[in-house]
Amino acid sequence: MAFLSGEYQWNTELWAHGPSPGKFYNFPGTSQESDQSDIVKRTLHPTVTGTSVMGIIFKDGIMLAADTLGSYGTLARYRDLSRVSVVNDATVIAAGGDYADFQYLKSVIEQRVIDENCYDDGFNYTPQSLFSWLTRVMYNRRSKYDPLWNTFAVGGINNGKPFLGYVDKIGTAYTSNTLASGFGAYLARPMMRDALEKNPDMSEEEAKAVIMRCMKVLHYRDARSLNRFEIVTVTKDGARVEGPLSIKPDWSIVRQSRCGKSS
Amino acid sequence: MNKEVSTGTTIAAVEFKDGVVIGADSRTTTGPYIANRVSNKLTKVTDYIYCCRSGSAADTEAVSDIVHYHLSFYRMELGEEPRVRVAAHIFKDLCYNYRDSITAGIIVAGWDKHRGGQVFSIPIGGMITRMPFAIGGSGSTYLYGFVDANYKSGMSKEECLKFTANALALAMSRDGSSGGIINLAAITKHGVEKIILTGDEIPKFNEEF
Amino acid sequence: MEYAQKAVENSGTAIGIRGKDGVVFGVEKLVRSKLYEVGANKRIFNIDTHIGSAVAGLLADARHVVDTAREEAANYRYNYGESIPLKYLTNRVSMYVHAYTLYSSMRPFGVSMILGSYDEGLPQLYMIDPSGVSWGYFGCAIGKAQQTAKTEIEKLKTKEMPISEVVKEVAKIIHIVHDEVKDKAFELELSWVGEQTQGRHVLVPDDIKEEAIRYANEALKEPDDEEDQAIG
Repeated sequence: MAFLSGEYQWNTELWAHGPSPGKFYNFPGTSQESDQSDIVKRTLHPTVTGTSVMGIIFKDGIMLAADTLGSYGTLARYRDLSRVSVVNDATVIAAGGDYADFQYLKSVIEQRVIDENCYDDGFNYTPQSLFSWLTRVMYNRRSKYDPLWNTFAVGGINNGKPFLGYVDKIGTAYTSNTLASGFGAYLARPMMRDALEKNPDMSEEEAKAVIMRCMKVLHYRDARSLNRFEIVTVTKDGARVEGPLSIKPDWSIVRQSRCGKSS
Repeated sequence: MNKEVSTGTTIAAVEFKDGVVIGADSRTTTGPYIANRVSNKLTKVTDYIYCCRSGSAADTEAVSDIVHYHLSFYRMELGEEPRVRVAAHIFKDLCYNYRDSITAGIIVAGWDKHRGGQVFSIPIGGMITRMPFAIGGSGSTYLYGFVDANYKSGMSKEECLKFTANALALAMSRDGSSGGIINLAAITKHGVEKIILTGDEIPKFNEEF
Repeated sequence: MEYAQKAVENSGTAIGIRGKDGVVFGVEKLVRSKLYEVGANKRIFNIDTHIGSAVAGLLADARHVVDTAREEAANYRYNYGESIPLKYLTNRVSMYVHAYTLYSSMRPFGVSMILGSYDEGLPQLYMIDPSGVSWGYFGCAIGKAQQTAKTEIEKLKTKEMPISEVVKEVAKIIHIVHDEVKDKAFELELSWVGEQTQGRHVLVPDDIKEEAIRYANEALKEPDDEEDQAIG
């Protein structure tokens, strides 16, 4: 690219304002349409998308959850897409947003893990190092006006300590005890935060119960959600993917409230 | 050229025990004008792998030509028939890397000796997923109800052909951008068997106006 | 070329054996100085998750060829979305090694390399020599005692053996071919890839390695029973 633009400059110097080879010539004085080729056109919109991801830290590990729906606009097109990925025994990620971008990033991470294993030096990605790298990737891409249209949850344990981090398409990043993107940020996160405040030493079972409750509420109120989801848990025993699971929705309010009556 | 020549389309593919069935309508439109009423949207990439094309005709033709080139080379270098997954992956790479400049929704289907019949869906954004059956193109939006109600796993080749023909016929009658004839093909270890349904051979449903 | 072959022949022995459910590598790593850290100058490498390799010859050359193989494997994965078939990898690396024999301005690699993989239930084993020739094997040996080692491997019916058995034989062969008089200290490197490692190439765990060494030492004490034990 640098070579091409250099050559272009050389041409204009030789014959300023004249026609340059391979380009259309605009006669002076005529209304000039902007040179289309100079504008970097990017549609920049996601196509097949996943909705919220959520995560919570419990006493001796972390848990992430995401449903398996790939929406195509409002169409619930792909109902069996896994949005969680196990990076290694102690590190996992979950993704919302554009699924193609997630697959791309997943393949990059997988190759990096293979490279890392090849060195055989006993080192591997920790949740912290993957998170740190991911924040840079996301920020760099948005700085090129070509973001990866995702929200990522990175989780795992390192030296016995649980870790949970969030990164989104513009590179915003934070670490926290609870995390959720999209609708989950409004609906699930307050529930998780509340549960964790009341029970700071939450067990794995209790954490799972909280996640299940959050998934239920999301299924009630998020029009891009599906009652089919995966949970990935990291403890000292390694990473484990559960699912696809589903919750039993409760419609009993229809008989308790006025709005359910036909009058 | 304000409007692109596009394959406003209905395409479908179904896996069965020993292979896959693929199908497509034959209408190519430029806005409301039918530029080609007998187009072939089932495109060969190897002897055992085909793709069903939807989106821009120019883009999808170019992409499948490139994939054909890659797979021919791959076949020579490796000395064996390329796997369906490899073919689908090359399609995905092109569709993902050029996602901002091309419009292509492709279904890759075929047979290989390792994993038998396989169907991969590669929609517009350039993601990829394997499915027991896949539908695509503008006409497919009218089909989700039908396929969800009528698809059964473990169908025979004949049942898959019937299922695909019915789905295409229904979409062609409701989608203005789909129509013409039905192209079907079954791919197994014996190669490709092509079937064309025209006129009265196209399944009829409720046509009482 | 001849010097390259010599470099391999001066190196500690490395062997690879293909069992029915995987491949086992063994390396007799000669320790030239007591000042080296334990585990320095490894000669078994990971190429991809499912591919491992053992080398003999100039270690610096070997590392370069290994890097080339890794790059080749990564490229295949990037382009085709799945793991590289070992046959193809071997072909590519052979071509690379061979290219270095074609020009007077370049020196051939002083390396022989054994490559092994386990993919879709199939164990595979290949060997590349400094001239860039490669073949598939059921068992092969490179380095100093390649002839003795080959003879030992030929005594075994490795085709039907599970790698849990093969690993013991590999340890035994390395111990047999080790020349106590000429080369004093050596470290045994053992790795495998197969069904029980979930298709991943990894070093043999310490406890299994200890057991294999114990088996090797016992077998060495009673050389007459070798034949029986090998089959049993």
